[in-house]
Amino acid sequence: MTASPLVTPRGTDPARISVQGVTKTFDLSGDEFIALDNVSLDVADNEFVTVVGPSGCGKSTLMNILAGLDDPTSGQALVNGKAVSGPGPERGVIFQQYALFPWLSVRKNVEFGLKTAGLGAKERREKAEHFIEMVGLSQFADALPKMLSGGMKQRCAIARAYAVDPTILLMDEPFGALDALTRVKLQEQLLDTWSQEKRTVVFITHDVDEAVFLANRVVVMAARPGRIFDVIDVDLPYPRTEDMRLSPEFTALRNRVWHSVYHQNTGTAAESTPSTQTA
Amino acid sequence: MTATQAIATSGLPGAPAKKMPKAGVKNRKLLLTLNVVSVVAGILLWWALSLAGFRLPTPVAVVERAGELIASGTLLTDISASLTRVLIGFALGTLVAIPVGFLMGWYTVARGIIEPWVQFFRTIPPLAIIPLAIVLMGIGEEPKIFVIFLAAFFACVISTFQGVVNVDRTLINAARVLGSKDGGIFIRVVVPASTPFILVGMRVGLGASWSTLVAAELIAAQQGLGFRMQQAQIYYDLPTIFVGLITIGILGLLMDRILLFAERKLTGWQERR
Repeated sequence: MTASPLVTPRGTDPARISVQGVTKTFDLSGDEFIALDNVSLDVADNEFVTVVGPSGCGKSTLMNILAGLDDPTSGQALVNGKAVSGPGPERGVIFQQYALFPWLSVRKNVEFGLKTAGLGAKERREKAEHFIEMVGLSQFADALPKMLSGGMKQRCAIARAYAVDPTILLMDEPFGALDALTRVKLQEQLLDTWSQEKRTVVFITHDVDEAVFLANRVVVMAARPGRIFDVIDVDLPYPRTEDMRLSPEFTALRNRVWHSVYHQNTGTAAESTPSTQTA
Repeated sequence: MTATQAIATSGLPGAPAKKMPKAGVKNRKLLLTLNVVSVVAGILLWWALSLAGFRLPTPVAVVERAGELIASGTLLTDISASLTRVLIGFALGTLVAIPVGFLMGWYTVARGIIEPWVQFFRTIPPLAIIPLAIVLMGIGEEPKIFVIFLAAFFACVISTFQGVVNVDRTLINAARVLGSKDGGIFIRVVVPASTPFILVGMRVGLGASWSTLVAAELIAAQQGLGFRMQQAQIYYDLPTIFVGLITIGILGLLMDRILLFAERKLTGWQERR
């Protein structure tokens, strides 16, 4: 099981997302903090990539750059072959803090992006209805976010992102604030939705289990400076099931990712030298 | 939102809280009972003190005087004069403050230009402007309305500004990734997100307007609650002073309750912990 070469992951299609030598530095009261150091990564069409790493490894910075909320200091991020310069409707973003508009009902939240896109009231309502049903919130369509539990809020946020029909989903630790049981359920639902309506997904997490369970490919990052440390293919078939979590293959993969994430500085990372370390 | 509603939402996560739990109703009844008992006891104490020889009018004397003032139409004239002043000044102050606060919060250039003036002049009590206002505007309605305008304006402009500055960045980012441009973000995110701050500013502004009004009328007016009390003072007419004070209190309370009601209606979406 070797990490796939960076440039052409899975098949020969041109990459949907291509991060090319991206460096991002912040100025912290005179000190230069290197959040991302020459990071390169390609993500293929309909691929599910998880990014895992210790805090401070720049995974959220990478996400913000892909979302167009932040600009790289040098290098560039390409989406569909075009350099990212601001947010775009082809990229849906899901935030860890849900980011629902608290003064709008579930329905109005889901309709928010459709209204921006200029859809009429009837069309908006129909579309919103579909995605609210998809995440199982039909009963709560007219409830305000404050009435919802954390898991329901994140489901609403997922429906809102799906509603504008993005080809790419960028998810920044979306299940990080949820309890273990809710998290597992949402992981399954997410994979379910993903297999029904394929999207290219970049999913950031600090949970190794989650990273392996969801992904085609796990990207392991390291901190100080933020960089890609390892890329691990997950050759488990979809649909992924609960039983699969207990399988020896899953355990082996999880251990490998675990080592890669938590023994970055002790010299025992993985079995071999990380194949994708950037110079 | 009241504490009882907060209990309802935290007690039943995920379920819309339509019914209040019984404990909340009981609590509320107890509070209301205590409120009434406290007010009645206070009036009885006042009565006892006035009978015991303190120089206070009895509650009966005050109620009688109130009856006379209502019958002669004096009280109503005074109330409408005072309310007109305060409402015009408050409305103008708020109407100017909200756009100015938004400008300051949204555009750095506007903030840089406006903030020193706001910060400086808001430290001056509006009453201290009265001498200047009278010299420049005479003794008509203008100087009174002007100082009330100032009181409402400064309270509201600062909190509107704070509201815009405090809008959650994540919500702005969420709107951006959903395709909103600056104008859309302003109208659909910044305005609703800062509404709670604006309403708090309006409540503070209304309180400030009301206290400024009475003081302004004490100095120069031909009618109004403040003027009436000033006149009564000359004749040692304590019952009339009491009627004036109680009327001012009741009107202030009523106006505050109306705004509080609006606040609940408009900002009930807020999550409180």
